[in-house]
Amino acid sequence: MTMQAWILMVVYMLVLVALAWPLARWMTAVMDGKFAFGKRLEAPLYNLAGVRPDHESDWLRYTIGLLLFNGIGFVAVYALQRLQDVLPLNPQALAAVTSDSSFNTAISFITNTNWQGYAGESTMSYLTQMLALTVQNFLSAATGIVVAIALIRSFKRRSAGTVGNVWVDLTRCTLWILLPLSLVVALLYASQGVIQNFSPYQDVQTLEAQTFDVPKVDAAGQPIVDAAGQKVTESQTTQTQSIAMGPVASQLAIKQLGTNGGGFFNANSAHPFENPTPATDFMAIITLLLIAAALVFVFGDMVGDMRQGWAVFWAMTIIFLVSVFLATHYEQQGNPLLANTDQAATRLQAGGNMEGKEVRFGIAASALYATATTAVSNGSVNAMHDSFTPLGGAVPMVLIQLGEVVFGGVGSGLYGILVFAILAVFIAGLMIGRTPEYLGKKIEIFEMKMVAIAILVTPLAVLIGTAVAVMTDPGRAGVANPGAHGFSEILYALSSAGNNNGSAFAGLSANTPFYNTLLGIVMWVGRFGVIVPVMAIAGSLAAKQRLAVTPGTLPTHGPLFVALLIGVLLLVGLLNYVPALALGPVVEHLQLMNR
Amino acid sequence: MNTNTVKQTDSAVEGVVRPALVLFLLLTIVTGILYPLVVTGIAQKAFPVAANGSLITRGDKVVGSQLIGQAFSSPRYFWSRLSATSPMAYNAAASSGSNLGPLNPALAKAVQDRVDALRAADPGNTAAVPIDLATSSASGLDPHISVAAANYQAGRVARERNLPLATVQGLIVKHTEGMWLQWLGEARVNVLELNLDLDVAAP
Repeated sequence: MTMQAWILMVVYMLVLVALAWPLARWMTAVMDGKFAFGKRLEAPLYNLAGVRPDHESDWLRYTIGLLLFNGIGFVAVYALQRLQDVLPLNPQALAAVTSDSSFNTAISFITNTNWQGYAGESTMSYLTQMLALTVQNFLSAATGIVVAIALIRSFKRRSAGTVGNVWVDLTRCTLWILLPLSLVVALLYASQGVIQNFSPYQDVQTLEAQTFDVPKVDAAGQPIVDAAGQKVTESQTTQTQSIAMGPVASQLAIKQLGTNGGGFFNANSAHPFENPTPATDFMAIITLLLIAAALVFVFGDMVGDMRQGWAVFWAMTIIFLVSVFLATHYEQQGNPLLANTDQAATRLQAGGNMEGKEVRFGIAASALYATATTAVSNGSVNAMHDSFTPLGGAVPMVLIQLGEVVFGGVGSGLYGILVFAILAVFIAGLMIGRTPEYLGKKIEIFEMKMVAIAILVTPLAVLIGTAVAVMTDPGRAGVANPGAHGFSEILYALSSAGNNNGSAFAGLSANTPFYNTLLGIVMWVGRFGVIVPVMAIAGSLAAKQRLAVTPGTLPTHGPLFVALLIGVLLLVGLLNYVPALALGPVVEHLQLMNR
Repeated sequence: MNTNTVKQTDSAVEGVVRPALVLFLLLTIVTGILYPLVVTGIAQKAFPVAANGSLITRGDKVVGSQLIGQAFSSPRYFWSRLSATSPMAYNAAASSGSNLGPLNPALAKAVQDRVDALRAADPGNTAAVPIDLATSSASGLDPHISVAAANYQAGRVARERNLPLATVQGLIVKHTEGMWLQWLGEARVNVLELNLDLDVAAP
C-alpha cells in the first residue's frame, strides 16, 4: 500500500466513527419514540392508516406486516416499469421494461439488493427512477433497520409478548432518520457536480468528429452476415455527443445511505455525474457505511451496555481493515501481462491495475470503495470489479459471501452478525459445558434451529444457483471472460444476489430471462429466508427472562469474544465457499503468476 | 400449516392490509415525489451549473461537459483514455466499462493496440506508456488522464501545433488538479478543457 492509501484508510475510519456516534444517539432516540415533535407530525398519518401507535404486536404479526408492505412494494415497482412508456416524466420516450427484467428489478429493490440487470440511462424513465427505485431505496432500508431494532428490543425486554409496532417503526425510520440525512447529503452532492434536473438528454457538439463501426442491418432490423458468417459492419461518423441527464443527486444520496447501491446510470458511482470528484467519492464511501456503523452503537446503547456494541464493532473493523489492505495491495501491484506499459505508482500517476478504474479515484480510493461496498451490502461501484486482479477481486467476493455482516446492510448487517454472535456463544457454551446465554438471554433449541436456518439458507441458494447456471446453456451463455474468470462472474452474481449486495462482475450478460428469473428468486430467498427466522428469534428471546450476570457467565465483550466471533464468522461463513473460490479466483491467480 | 392455526393467521392478517396500503402510499409520496422535487428546487436555485451537468459553452454552442470525456484521435489533441461504451467511444447516453478480466487476451490486445497507436503518432517517443492512457475507464466517460499521461503526449502535441513545449506544459499545469492534502484523490488533467485551450493557443 502507498502512504496515501494508508492515510486514506485511517482518516476514513476516524471520520466514520466521529459521524456514526452522534447518529447512533439520534437513531436510538427516534426509535425509542423520544422525538416528540416528530410524533406530533406522524399522528395524522396514523389516523389515515388506521394505526394505533401505542399498540405493539408480537413477532408474527410484525413479520406479516413487513412481508405485506414489501409485497405491495414489489407490485408497485413492477407496474411502474411495465407502464413507464405511457406515464409522464419520460423525455427520452423509453419503452416499457421487459417482464423478466421488471420482475428481477422489483425483487432486487424490495430486498435492498439493487442488482442492476438493466442500464439505467437507457432503460428507466425519470418517473421510474423516482417513484419506483428511489422509494424502495428508502423503504427496503427501513425494513432492514426495523428488523434489527426489533431484535435488539428482544434482548432488552423481559418476559414480553411484543417486539414493537411495525408501522410506527417503519414510519419513524423513514421520516426522521433516512429522509433528513438524504436531504442533506443530496444537496452536498449537487453542489459538487452531481446533476439534479428533469431535462431531456443534452446534445453537445464535440471538438473532433468520431468514426465508428456499427453492424449493418437489413430491412427487418436483423444484422446482415457475410459468407463467412461474420457480421457486416458499416462506418458512421458523428460529431454529436448525447449526454444523459436526470434527477441523480436525490437518488444517489439514499442509494448510498440505505446500502441499496442501484445506480442511476449503468456505470453506477463510476459515472462522473454520479461521482464527479474525490470529495464526492469520499462522501459516498462514508455514507454507504454510516448507518450500518451507527446501528452497532444503537445496539450497545439500547441493550444498556456499550461494551457489547464495541465488541461487535471491533470484530467487524478488524475484518474490514484487513480486507482494505489486501484489495489495495493486489490492485496496486497491477497486471504482469501488461509489461509494455508503465504501472508504477508515482506522484504523477496512480499506476497499478487501471483497467476499469477512473483516474480521479486511482487505486487507493477504488480499492477502499470496493471493500466498503461489499463489506456493507451496498453494491454500488466506482470501479469495475470484473477487471480487478484475481485476488483483488476475490476480496469483494469473499466479503459478500461472509453473509454481509462486516457492517453489512442497514439493519441486515447487524441482525446478521448477532445471529453469528449467538452461534459463537453456543459453540463457546459447548466447549465450557454451560448453558449458552447472550446478553442475559438463554440460547436454547428453538433459537439454534432458527440460527441454523438463517445462516444456511443463503449459501444453499447461492451454491445451488451457481451449479444450475454452470450446468445449463443459458447460464453459460452470459459469461463474458474466458476460463476461470468466467466462472468467477457466475459465482459473484449468485453470491451478490443471495446476500443482497447487488454489485457484479459486470461482464456477465445477466439481463436475460434465465438470469433475471434465477437471480430474482435467489434475492428473495436470501432476504426473507433470513428475516423470518431472525424475527422468530426476536419473538422467542423477548419472551424470556433476562438472567443476571454471574461469575459463570461468558463475557461477550473484550478481545477474547471478538476473536471468537471472527473465528466463527470465517469458519462457518466462509468455509461453505472455499471449494467454489478455489475454482475461480484462486485458479486465476495461479494462472496469472505462471504466465 | 394445520387447520388450527389458520384462524389465528387470519386474525393476524386482519388489520394489516389498510396500514400497509395507506402507509405505502403516503411514504411513496413523501420519498418519491416531494423529496426529489425539493432537492431539484434547491439545487436548481443554489447550484444551477452543477445541477445541469457542468456544461461548457463556446459562443452559443454547448461543446461538452467539464465532467464528461470526449474521444480524440488527431495527434494535434491530447488523447483521452480508452472507452468501452458502444456503439462509439465516450457515448454519454450509455456508460460502461470494458469488464475485461486481467487474463483475457482481449485486454492485452486492446492495450497493445493503444500503445502501437500512440507510438505511430509519435515515433520518436520511447518512454513507456502510462497505464491509464492504455486502459479503459470504469464509466467509459472518464474526463481525466493522469499527469504522467499528459506529459507523455506533450511533445507530440507541441510539435504538431508548432508550439513551444513549455507552452504546452504550462497548459497541462493549468488544467491539473492535485491530490488534496496528500491523501484524497489523484492528480489529474482534464482532457477536454486542455484541448479547448490548445485550440485557443494555436488554432
